[in-house]
Amino acid sequence: MTKIGVFVCWCGSNIAATVDVDAVSEAIKAAPGVVFATNYQYMCSEGGQAAIRSAVAEHGLTGVVVCSCSPRMHEATFRKAAAGAGVNPYMVEIANIREQCSWIHKDKAEATAKAIALARAAVAKLNLDRPLTAPETPVTKRALVIGGGIAGIQTALDVADAGYEVDVVEKSPTIGGKMAMLDKTFPTLDCAACILTPKMVDAAAHEKITLYTYSEVEKVSGFVGNFTVDIKKRARSVSVDRCTGCGVCSEKCPSKRAKSEFDQGLRERSAIYIPFAQAIPNVPVIDRDTCLKFQTGKCGLCEKVCPSHAVDYSQEDEVITKQYGAIVAATGFKPIGLERFDEYAYSRSPDVVTSLEFERLCNAAGPTKGHLVRPSDGKEPKTVVFVQCVGSREASGIGAMKGKPYCSKICCMYTAKHAMLLREKYPDSEAYVFYIDVRTPGKNFDEFYRRAAEEYGVHYIKGMVGKVCDEGNGRLTVRASDLIENRQLLIDADMVVLAAAVEPDPSARALATLLTASMDTNDFFTEAHPKLRPVESPTAGVFLSGMCQGPKDIPDTVAQAGAAAAKVIGLLSKDRLVGNPCVASCDETLCNGCSACERVCPYGAISYETKTVVDRGAKDERRVASVNEALCQGCGACTVTCPSGAMDLRGFTGRQIMAEVDAICR
Amino acid sequence: MQNVRELMIKKAGEMLSSGEVYGVLAWERGDFACDQTPALFTSPESLSRLAYDEFTAPMLSKYLINEAKKPNEGKKVMVFLKPCDTYNFGHLLSEHKVERDRVYAVGVACSGIFSREKTLLEKCLACKGMEFHHCDEVIGGEGKITWDKLDRFAGVEMIESMTPSERFEFWRGELSRCIRCNACRNVCPVCSCVKCVFDNPGSGVMSKSNADEFEENMFHIIRAFHVAGRCTDCGECSRVCPRNIPLHLLNRKFIKDVNALFGPYQAGASLDDASPLTSYSVNDPEPGYKDKAKGGERVA
Repeated sequence: MTKIGVFVCWCGSNIAATVDVDAVSEAIKAAPGVVFATNYQYMCSEGGQAAIRSAVAEHGLTGVVVCSCSPRMHEATFRKAAAGAGVNPYMVEIANIREQCSWIHKDKAEATAKAIALARAAVAKLNLDRPLTAPETPVTKRALVIGGGIAGIQTALDVADAGYEVDVVEKSPTIGGKMAMLDKTFPTLDCAACILTPKMVDAAAHEKITLYTYSEVEKVSGFVGNFTVDIKKRARSVSVDRCTGCGVCSEKCPSKRAKSEFDQGLRERSAIYIPFAQAIPNVPVIDRDTCLKFQTGKCGLCEKVCPSHAVDYSQEDEVITKQYGAIVAATGFKPIGLERFDEYAYSRSPDVVTSLEFERLCNAAGPTKGHLVRPSDGKEPKTVVFVQCVGSREASGIGAMKGKPYCSKICCMYTAKHAMLLREKYPDSEAYVFYIDVRTPGKNFDEFYRRAAEEYGVHYIKGMVGKVCDEGNGRLTVRASDLIENRQLLIDADMVVLAAAVEPDPSARALATLLTASMDTNDFFTEAHPKLRPVESPTAGVFLSGMCQGPKDIPDTVAQAGAAAAKVIGLLSKDRLVGNPCVASCDETLCNGCSACERVCPYGAISYETKTVVDRGAKDERRVASVNEALCQGCGACTVTCPSGAMDLRGFTGRQIMAEVDAICR
Repeated sequence: MQNVRELMIKKAGEMLSSGEVYGVLAWERGDFACDQTPALFTSPESLSRLAYDEFTAPMLSKYLINEAKKPNEGKKVMVFLKPCDTYNFGHLLSEHKVERDRVYAVGVACSGIFSREKTLLEKCLACKGMEFHHCDEVIGGEGKITWDKLDRFAGVEMIESMTPSERFEFWRGELSRCIRCNACRNVCPVCSCVKCVFDNPGSGVMSKSNADEFEENMFHIIRAFHVAGRCTDCGECSRVCPRNIPLHLLNRKFIKDVNALFGPYQAGASLDDASPLTSYSVNDPEPGYKDKAKGGERVA
């Protein structure tokens, strides 16, 4: 029989203000198995842990229940404390009386009754716990970074500099991501390419970094320290080894009707193309959907003109399988589509552009070679209206159906930048910025915005644009309200720039499924703890870098990328990892051999074999399940699928869960 | 039907005489003409007792679990399967309960089964179709549905339209008649666990189900969950229930929901398709997920 000690935590006033902790520790003494119960101000502190140690020594406890915060917070702390006192760490149960009780109740009597019920449930479960020993597994000392933007590049460089191999998988033909498309960067106005492209070169040249561009992660199995990943290298149709990047092929390509993804559709590109001059690798790719050779079978011009015989139409997609110890998601973002914001005439007028399109129009390597002109007629704009929060901060009403509830964080700063760039290029121009709030927290950020408003004479108007009309004569009429002056405005504009909200890259959701990493309702990856573990996913061994975790600017992205790298290095520097002993096991005398568990197992940990099963003396040849304990992550999918109850999870057996329910309902 | 019976006897006789099969799973007459019972025929002479007509209700595939396992010098067992039983056969094959190469499966034409009261069984009124699956050969060809078909899910929809408390009362009322004879479980081809959780003291369920009247009712709810995504809707549970509890409605509710969420699915029709509830694809609907585009609005 387990001798159980119960420790009720006040959590300062977090618990004690709503739960009568004395009543809980008193009531739980009557629960079966409990030989000692007490309460303490902070169980997680040294004093609290010492109380556990001394109670174990004094009462010979073989099991410990801590009534405190969520086990996600301090289960590891208390398991360690118990182990230090000589109690098996898996003979520790946490009753969550904070998040699931004190924080959500107002009435003290009610909360106290619930806390007692939760404590009883934990005691009931502990009575059926058995000591477990955690297995150890080796660590594959290689990291995978998914996404080759500035976040992925920075994480890869930092991990590689620490001496570990890193593979970067990027779905587009080049690394560089969104930052490569930018013109200048706030708050210093230095050119994005000047600071990014050297990093791209560093990544490509690093002996520890392997780049897989035009590639996608197709399958992920395994677990922290031992992931196995299938990477699909899409057929480039050009040999990376032979190509010299001379560019003759794109020049001669007769199919030049595809919209350039890199230039946001503002110019056409050839079917065989390099996204931009500084692309890495500097090797073209054939877009088979627009290539005449692939579509009609007639052409083959690029193959003929290529001086190094690098064009290879027969290339096929290739899947490679590699092992990794850690995986970093750095899938980035994209601006939202503006189809549902027709009040701004985005789909009707070419002179209504998104901010990212505006970046390309300013960029010296862009479609206009940096000559900022209207896309419709090539004329220099004189009056430009910038609209902020297009699709951002749309928490309620009709906006919530088409926009995002969150602040996209970067728009205030880049809009100030755009307005300054405009005024710098054309001093006789007028820039109007419509805003809800101007948000500029960050080093030198507010100074930057003040410069735009005060030195550059940008007209900042608090209010939203209601409607933009394309008058058809090259003019755009902007109807807006000025909330401070309390008046309606009508502005004749040459261009309108929409600061579209950012959203996670659409590939992130499928990736989250592959990684079994959780996401929030906006499809941003969830961090393990919003404050204390911001670069780790709740899934062990999966880390987060950059915009995929939430909107952030380049300085924040680079900082987070470095933080993620530090976590990866910390993991890869270990030779062995302590695993999870709470894994599934099969009672062969109950197993039907139906394969249902094998089908639902997300980790491929279950296989079937035919063997002799001895059931109370009777021998029988049966097809039965067997669990690979190194692969099993203890998710429990098999246990709920198994109709006969043959599959059970150590530490979370069906009987234990039933005992908890019984204890609560008693 | 008489003709089909003769063809069945002929075929069974040939198979037994040639020694290709060691036995034939079929039916023989019970105490009354309308009361037929499964039987294993092991000699050509015994086949005169073989019965097959519009009262031949029991399904035979479940008997294969034991029959196909017997050594019998590696010889096969022959079985007669009605169209709806072929789904059960498929299900048992897909769950590895029956080895396909130990069975010679013969489909037999069906024209609907009558109850003692000489009315078509509910499951026949809502017939899933007359096609055969997984059979080595078919006797009598595909039958025809000559009656007005019932909408299979009309009963489920009727219950769905009730308020939660009406629905609770409905099922309490129906299930209160249960005498726990286990006929529904024993006849069900899906309920073929080596050891049922309700027979296993270690499961912690067995002791509970007898504890009070409500937990007794839970037997049927748990059973419905256990066969969810696997039930072929053969209707045997309701047919054999001595207390006339409409148990098929519980299973059909799951079938209706699975169809609505994952597209039409018939358990046992194909051996390759994993059941929607034990397979995953990224395009699966996520009813708990906020986005309506992913099926966010709950079905019923």
